[in-house]
Amino acid sequence: MLSVRDVTKRFGATVAVDGVSLDVTDETVAILGPSGCGKSTLLRVIAGLEQPDRGSVRWDGVDITDTPVHLRDFGLMFQTFALFPHRTVGQNVAFGLEMRAVDETERRRRVDEALTWVGMDGFAARRIDGLSGGEKQRVALARTLAPRPRLVMLDEPLGSLDRMIKDRLISDIADLLDETGTPAIYVTHDHDEARFVADRIALMRDGRIVQLGPWDELRNDPADEWVERFLGD
Amino acid sequence: MSARAGRIALSILPVGFIGYFFIYPVGRILAMSFGGGFGEVFTSGSTRAVVWFTLWQAVASTLLTFLVAMPLTAVLSHFTFRGRSLIRALVTVPFVLPTVVVGSAFVALGLSNSIWGILAAHVFFNVAVVVRTVGGVWSRLDRGVIEAARSLGASPMTAFLRTTLPILGPSIAAALSIVFLFTFTSFGVVLILGGLTYRTIEVEIYQQATTFLDLGAAGALAILQLIGVVTILWAYGRYQRTRSVGLELAPEERVLRPATTRRERAVLWSVVAATMGLLVAPLVLLVARSFRGGLAGWQFLIDPGRLAITPGEAITNSLLFSVVGAVIATTVGLMAASLIARGSTVMASTFDTVLMLPLGTSAVTIGFGFLVALDEPVDLRGSVLLVPLAHALVAVPFVVRSTLPTLRAVRADLREAAAVLGASPRRVFRHVDLAIVARAAMVGAGFAAAVSLGEFGATSFIVRPNSVTIPTLIFRLLGRPGAVTFTAAMALSVILMLLTTALILSIDRLRAGELGEF
Repeated sequence: MLSVRDVTKRFGATVAVDGVSLDVTDETVAILGPSGCGKSTLLRVIAGLEQPDRGSVRWDGVDITDTPVHLRDFGLMFQTFALFPHRTVGQNVAFGLEMRAVDETERRRRVDEALTWVGMDGFAARRIDGLSGGEKQRVALARTLAPRPRLVMLDEPLGSLDRMIKDRLISDIADLLDETGTPAIYVTHDHDEARFVADRIALMRDGRIVQLGPWDELRNDPADEWVERFLGD
Repeated sequence: MSARAGRIALSILPVGFIGYFFIYPVGRILAMSFGGGFGEVFTSGSTRAVVWFTLWQAVASTLLTFLVAMPLTAVLSHFTFRGRSLIRALVTVPFVLPTVVVGSAFVALGLSNSIWGILAAHVFFNVAVVVRTVGGVWSRLDRGVIEAARSLGASPMTAFLRTTLPILGPSIAAALSIVFLFTFTSFGVVLILGGLTYRTIEVEIYQQATTFLDLGAAGALAILQLIGVVTILWAYGRYQRTRSVGLELAPEERVLRPATTRRERAVLWSVVAATMGLLVAPLVLLVARSFRGGLAGWQFLIDPGRLAITPGEAITNSLLFSVVGAVIATTVGLMAASLIARGSTVMASTFDTVLMLPLGTSAVTIGFGFLVALDEPVDLRGSVLLVPLAHALVAVPFVVRSTLPTLRAVRADLREAAAVLGASPRRVFRHVDLAIVARAAMVGAGFAAAVSLGEFGATSFIVRPNSVTIPTLIFRLLGRPGAVTFTAAMALSVILMLLTTALILSIDRLRAGELGEF
């Protein structure tokens, strides 16, 4: 179980994350908020890509605040996808398995498995620069899931795609997160996405979580006027 | 006029220029070398020694350049800091300095007649190639890619070896081959610093042709060198095709960040200070050396006594030639570049390679070719245009390189829109291509002028008493006995350095914010 305690992160004079605490068990939590509210920074702190100025990140009670990113066994899917341009689709998906020294037969099996999850069977030998936006998104998702990380984080995974593809992909992602049963954090600015994919939603504004709960709770019992307005439109 | 006819019209001048001033002379050299003991030259022990030296000093220079340049490239590709763009501009200064100036600077350092002087001068020249070529990609490499590797379980070292390095691979290979090519064909530096001991193929061509008057041997060597250059270019092109990755570059301001920890700041400033020290020290010493014994060296420039060619004339010649050469090179280069940019055909890519050849072939071969070939049908060898024509030929690849990215960025639909609106191909070229590329053309012209100011290899073959330039006069002064003429050579080098630097800095202002490309 992930538990974030009182995390604060500053960049110069601006406070990006301001004393945030959050627990994630076997569920999907969406972090929802307008752009610039600090949700991506919070995600990067959890991933270990940023060091918090204050506070701690724990996993099953063990403090991992100072654990380097590559030893955390958390999966992170990037908004820009960040696919390796010099590797094929299959080699991209295999990267995390190589880092975990999975042997080749098993690796090939799991790459195929992950590509099947995202509906990209047969794409293993393709080059990255020939893929469409939606295909890149699927490969990035497969790459994140293939090593079976203990926590999956998705940073605006549908951000750069158009509506049509979004609707199809969001249900695929929701199903996959259900099937693998991995705890997940889903960062988005779109409340439809959050509502669709998450068990609970953490609503963020100006670096703080202003309300945390299932969609219905947020909708029926908003903490303040801002929450009501933000969810309203 | 149809588009096809337009392309043909556009190609007449560049094709004619390259054909008459480059391909035809090289053909004459080839023919001549067959007449004059091809086999004899290739099998002789002294040729083998020269070829061996040329190769190993080029390999050593290339590796040393990387060793010196990579730390600076790395910090410039990670951190923003006050003065970063100034550092980037300063690093470029040695690259554009005339070889004669650099040669003089290392003579002033006391490194004449030594292999270390040659290697150090080559490093000094080429650090900019690595910083700009590799740094141009590294500083715009989306850090998400490395972070993705880290989040998938790669340690910082593994992430560097398995993502950063392979992605930088093609640009590193590009920088390696450019540096190798430049040092493989090094002339001025080796001629000045190598004394009688060290000779590259390039220097040997010059000496065979001008000292021993063995044109056959010189021709055979020129062909040998051309084969080497073509092989390097071919291997490089092949590598780039197989290994190029579709890279989406991020804007620098999203990639770079300030150095935050004490350790980062220490690394940043020590690397910057050490590299800049290496690059600035020789030039400072050159200036200091020009004032040894007071102002005697400078006074000699004004009143050279019995010197046949006065420094004043040389300066006037150089300035005049650089303007004329730049005009020719820009005209030809622009036409060639827009041809290459338009066609995705085999013709365009072949043309691209052929145009790069004068750059790789070496200036000496160009000068030598002018000398042996331009006697008929029109004898140009006595013409005042001979030197600017040679300079233009050397400069054309630079103009093409600096305008091509901009021309390529002119989207086909803009041309089509103009055509639909009633513009003829000629007016499309003028109102779309030319309008967009005007600034890049200015940059190209500036580079051409700078190349002309410092050109030494070709000029040394074709120079006549009435067309002596600053670099050729410096070389003559260095070769004369006497402390005053030596100091005068240093002073004249300082003048040339200032002229070139001023020109380059004004170019750099023009293209602020653009990605430099070689």
